[in-house]
This record gives sequence, structure tokens and C-alpha cells, in this order.
Amino acid sequence: MTKQVIIEAKDLSVGYGDYVLLHDANYQVNKGDVFIIMGGSGCGKSSMLRVLTGLIEPLKGTVVINGIDMGNAPAEDVQRIREKSGILYQSGALFSSMTLAENIMLPLQQYTNYSVATMRELAELKLALVGLKGFGDFYPSEISGGMKKRAGLARALALDPDIVYFDEPSAGLDPISSHNLDDLIIEINRSLGTTIVVVTHELASIFAIGNNSIFLDANTKTILAHGNPRELLKNPPNQEVYEFLTRGEGK
Amino acid sequence: MQKITRNDFITEISGNDLHIIAEGSILNYDSDAFLHKLLAAIPEKLKNIRVTAQNLTQWDSSFLAALYGVVGWSKENAVNCDLSELPQNVQDLITLAYAVDRKPTHGNISKLPFLENLGKNTLENLQNTSNVVTFLGRICGAVGRFFTFRSIMRRVDFWSAMEDCGPKAVGIVVLISFLVGLILAFVGAIQLQTFGAQIYVASLVTIGMCRIMGAIMVGIIMAGRTGSSYAATIGTMQVNEELDALQTMGLSSIDFLVLPRLFSLLIAMPILTMFADFAGMLGGAFVGIFMMDLPYQEYWKFAFDAFNLKNFLVGIFHGFCFGFIIAVCGCYSGLNCGRNADSVGVATTQSVVRAIVWMIVATGIITLICMELGI
Repeated sequence: MTKQVIIEAKDLSVGYGDYVLLHDANYQVNKGDVFIIMGGSGCGKSSMLRVLTGLIEPLKGTVVINGIDMGNAPAEDVQRIREKSGILYQSGALFSSMTLAENIMLPLQQYTNYSVATMRELAELKLALVGLKGFGDFYPSEISGGMKKRAGLARALALDPDIVYFDEPSAGLDPISSHNLDDLIIEINRSLGTTIVVVTHELASIFAIGNNSIFLDANTKTILAHGNPRELLKNPPNQEVYEFLTRGEGK
Repeated sequence: MQKITRNDFITEISGNDLHIIAEGSILNYDSDAFLHKLLAAIPEKLKNIRVTAQNLTQWDSSFLAALYGVVGWSKENAVNCDLSELPQNVQDLITLAYAVDRKPTHGNISKLPFLENLGKNTLENLQNTSNVVTFLGRICGAVGRFFTFRSIMRRVDFWSAMEDCGPKAVGIVVLISFLVGLILAFVGAIQLQTFGAQIYVASLVTIGMCRIMGAIMVGIIMAGRTGSSYAATIGTMQVNEELDALQTMGLSSIDFLVLPRLFSLLIAMPILTMFADFAGMLGGAFVGIFMMDLPYQEYWKFAFDAFNLKNFLVGIFHGFCFGFIIAVCGCYSGLNCGRNADSVGVATTQSVVRAIVWMIVATGIITLICMELGI
């Protein structure tokens, strides 16, 4: 059975002004994948994520999400796709002037007609799903870094998204919190069928959660590998990928 | 045999060979001066450099920096450099320093020729102007959404901003305006005393404060106090990716962040200007009544005679315009902040400077208009 393609990058060039980080990238993400964007520092992983989420325009090429060409589609279609996407930023990016529940209710207020009481219940449910039951009235400054990420994830899940993007979810977390977050990502992917796109260079996370990936290379500014990370480790297409996946032991 | 002796480094040049001996304790060494003198003394046809240690007891990074420079020079000039007789840890550190030989391709800002630089700056300024116009247009759109009940502005944010730029700012505004009224009265009194017309201090302070000084003082205080706070708050949100989160959620940062701040300043500034006007008049009265011994009733009679509704309303209008300028400059600087701590500082400074400059420009324009209208 062929899988449904949910994200497709076509001849995508990423960069800022005249500075090109990555050129002519082509890849596909299937519905239900846990897709990893990996590579060394400065190879353009986070910039690629910013292009996928519409925060910056690609220098060239296009991104097709759910069959909608994000560069050329009408604004309403683009907005509809964005509504069905959630993002967890490195720091959680919670609004510090709002409680956790209010943070989660914000996208609900914008895009749904639920009553305040229903939105509050939904916020509590999302918080419970990420292990923060009862924390609705806490402010971001009152919780730890790991909890902020979980709360950020709860907000990303507020509108039952088709795709959730994660920007370096393990950054700044201790190994146990990082492991727990990986478990949570797998659980969300399995239970809700959500497609997950993760930018990371944490090998433990890559092998724990990823079933599809691309490897970006800063020197050639291209995608050097595309596939399941475990398969890439077994049959590395080139030395750079092998060294990365073995923490440089293959040097 | 030529022999050049340096502090703790001994260099011996023999034909095409250079022998550098590190001796004794080499701490806090001026490696740059050593390299300059060494390179000046090196013969043109040098082929080999040998570095050895002799009773080397202590060394620090300055010792390594000298060696690093020697090795770097030898690599550039294809001269063989032998460090094998140095302690193993020194050899390892120098090898490590040269392990990655990366040539940076980004970040070097080359100096452009004058005309090219002029063109680049002109284009940048045009782009900035275009950005400001776009920003003002987006604010107009957001105000339109607000009055058609489609805005996502939260009432709680508006009241929070209102509290910050209203009641919390009254104290400082009243204090500074009182002192400005006091200074105005002092300066005026010295001049008026020569004509025996001290009583007109009351008129001078009343007209000065109500027409323009009250609004300008409130504008400067609020630009430094509230405008900078807007830039810092929104700039920090940029650093923490909160603005990205808003954008990706499809929420308008103008509705969410700018409108509550703009509306609160538009309401608070005229009220604060009124407070400033009366505080300034009180300051003038303090000098006139208690220090110049002017009769109490006479002072206030002259003050109220000079109080003119047109002047007062012009001052209030200035306050309203300044409120708009401070909110726009603060929010614009914050929304265009970079993504590091330094950028937040820059954005904060920019917001205050821009606000003050534009307030002075606005004052000039309003004054011209008032002159033309005979107000």
C-alpha cells in the first residue's frame, strides 16, 4: 500500500539574502512519519524548519503540504494548512503574561467557536496528555524547562494538528527528561496519527523516534541522505553520514 | 653564527636553520612582540625551524600563542617546523589548534567603495521606510478590525498596559513637571525682575506648561519609561521565539501586542499631559508665592487669566500625538529586534531615540499648522 505524501519539498533552496545554506533539496514526508531533519551545526536544519512552517520564504523552489503548494496557494488555503500544524520551539515559546491554560486557549479562541468553559476543558485535557494535569493556572515562569516544553507541546496540539514540528526538543533537557519527551512524541504519533517533523542532532532521539530522515551537509549544501536513520546507519551512503551517526567513531 | 636573545626564548640562526629554545618559566609572555622581532630577524632562505625546551619549568597560553604563531608562519611559508623535542602536551595542543583548518567564508564584511556603499545605504533606508509604512498600514488594518469586532486583542492586555502607562506613571510625571514648572519660573523671574514685572511669571509658567512644555515633558518621560519597556518586552519575545509562535499560529502580532499598548497610550497620554500642566503650574506657584513673595491671590489671578482653553487643548493634542509616536516607535523597534540579548538593548535605545526625534518633528509640524490656523 502506498503511503500518502503529506509534505513534499521541490527544488528547495534555503538561505538568507545572498547566503545559501542549502540548495535544490527534494524530499517527501509520508503521513504518520516521524521525520528527522538532522545534520551538523550550521547546516540549515532550523532554517529548513522555518521554511516548512512559513516563517521565512525559500530562496527557490516550493513546499507542498497536503497537496497545497504553499508558495502559490490562496491565503485561505495556506491559513487552513497552518491551522492544522503545531510547532514546539526550543524554549517552548510560551507567552509569559498568560497561564499555561490561557496559552493553550489562545489558538482555540482564534479558530474555534467553543465557549470559554469548553476551551478551558480542552486546555486541561491537552495539559493532561503531556503530563501536566492541574498546571493550567501556573505561569511559564513557575515551571521548569522540561515542563515548559511539554506545555508548548500541549499548545501545539490544541487544534488537533495533522503535523507537529519540533525544533531541537532535547536541547537543554537532562537525559531522563529528554527520554520522556521522546516517549511522548512516539505516543502522540502512535495514538493521534500525527505526522511529526523533528529537527535535532541528538543521536539517541534520532534512533529512538525517527522512521524517516534527511541528512543535511554544510559543506556541499545538499541533502546527503534520505531514509530511515537505522537503515542509514546499517548502510551509510557516504562517510559523512556514517561519521555523524556514529559520533565520529567511523573517522 | 648570529645569536638573538629574548626573554625566556633564545633564538639561534645558523645558515638556513632557526633554532628556538624555550627556557625557564614562560608566563604572561608578550608573544606578539616576540613574533614580530623574530620574523624581522629571520633570513629569507630559511628552510627549517626547530623548537626545543631547556629547563622549561612553567608555561601558559602566552607560550602556546608564540608557538602557534611560529607554526602558522612556517605553514604559510612552506618552512619545515619541528616541535618533536617539546613536551608531549605542548605538541598535542599545537596539533589540536591546527587540526581543523577552516577558511571562514561568511561574516567578513568587506569595505565597499564609496559609491557602492552610498547605494547600499540608500537602498537599506528605502527598505526601512517601506517597512515603517507597511507597519503603519498594518496598524490601520488592526484598528479597523478592532472597530468591526474582529480583533483578537485581549482586554486583559489592554488593562495591564493601561495600568502601566497610567496610574503607575503619574508619580514621576507629576514630580518632573513640578520641577520643570519651578525651573521655568526661576528662569523667567530673573529676567522679569529687571522690569519689575515678576507677577508675569504666573502667566509665563501657565502658558508655557499648558501649550507645550507639559506635553513634551510627558513625552520624554514616557518614551524613556514606557516606549523602551515596549521595545524590550516585545524584543525579548522575539528572542524567546514567542513572535514566531504567534506568526505560525496565524495570530496577528499587531492585534495581540501593538493594539493594547497603542490604545492605552492614546488614552493615558492626554490625561498625563493634564496632570503635567497642573503640576508645572504648581511648581511655578511655589517659586512665585514662597520664594518671590508674590501675593497668593494675585499670582493665581494672573495664572488663571493666562490659562487659555486653546493653549490647553493644543497641549492635550500634542500629548495624543506623542502617545501614538511612542507606542509605534516602541512596538516597531521590538518587533524588528534581532535574536540575541544585545539586539534587545539596541531595540530599546532605538525606540527612545526614534520617539524623541519624531516627537520634536511632530511638535514642529503642529506648531506650523497652529500658526497657519491662527491658534
